[in-house]
Amino acid sequence: MILLSQSLNTYLILAVFLLVIGIYGMIRHKTFIGMLVSTELVLNGAGLNFMAFNKFTGPDPAVGQVFTLFIMGIAAAEAAIVVSFILAVYRKYQTSDPENVNGLQG
Amino acid sequence: MNAYYQFVAEVFFVMFILLTLIGSWLAVNARILMHSVLGLAVSLLGVAGLYFYLGSMFLTMMQILIYMGAVCIVLVFGIMVGYTPNESADKHELSRNMMLGLVTSGVAAFLLIVVAIGKTTWTQAVQTTGNFSIEWLGKSLLLEYCLAFELISVVLLIAIVGAIILARGGREEEI
Repeated sequence: MILLSQSLNTYLILAVFLLVIGIYGMIRHKTFIGMLVSTELVLNGAGLNFMAFNKFTGPDPAVGQVFTLFIMGIAAAEAAIVVSFILAVYRKYQTSDPENVNGLQG
Repeated sequence: MNAYYQFVAEVFFVMFILLTLIGSWLAVNARILMHSVLGLAVSLLGVAGLYFYLGSMFLTMMQILIYMGAVCIVLVFGIMVGYTPNESADKHELSRNMMLGLVTSGVAAFLLIVVAIGKTTWTQAVQTTGNFSIEWLGKSLLLEYCLAFELISVVLLIAIVGAIILARGGREEEI
């Protein structure tokens, strides 16, 4: 009997799913916050990959956990920065549609 | 009895996978933006359960604390301050963006699953040190990865200061 939770490929395929659905959402969403949500999904896929390789092939179990913790920290910093960007853009352009934010278009 | 426990653990594992899949699907396909963030939270909860199966209780807790507790709240705050509650995305129209996204993600998934994962044989590490305990993780963080640990705190500090400056500047003067 092969256990689903003890196979590396389960986690890898799930991480690929998180990555591609994040990319799909980034292209499909028409708002800044929607794109940010999709970015968090991509980052989660990366963290899951690190943890999976850490469990099944890594020599030191601390390495993958440290990497995933740093990904979480980067994601938190990125979310704070992007939300403040969105607020500034919303105040300047009075819109939440990325199509209308075209001040550099010339 | 042991096989019974294993079966229960597998059932919970599949439930966590389903939580991740359903949550991420909701996050990219929801019509209302708040539902999208809710889907993200559900998906993050599923990934937290997977971290538990990968042996790290600490990261499960951190995932719930940082992602669901902090990042999702920041997103909800951003929606409440800056957006109208309804995202005006028409679902039934197969727009150019949706086609582009489907093609891109489909090609990426095919390449990664079939070419990268399917054709590779992963080898075990020759010798392993340490364990999955918090004690070993803390020692590694403070001894081997001390510089990265300090740098990430500096990055977080700069991000906080930058966010404050960006969010409150430019209110008075029109540029």
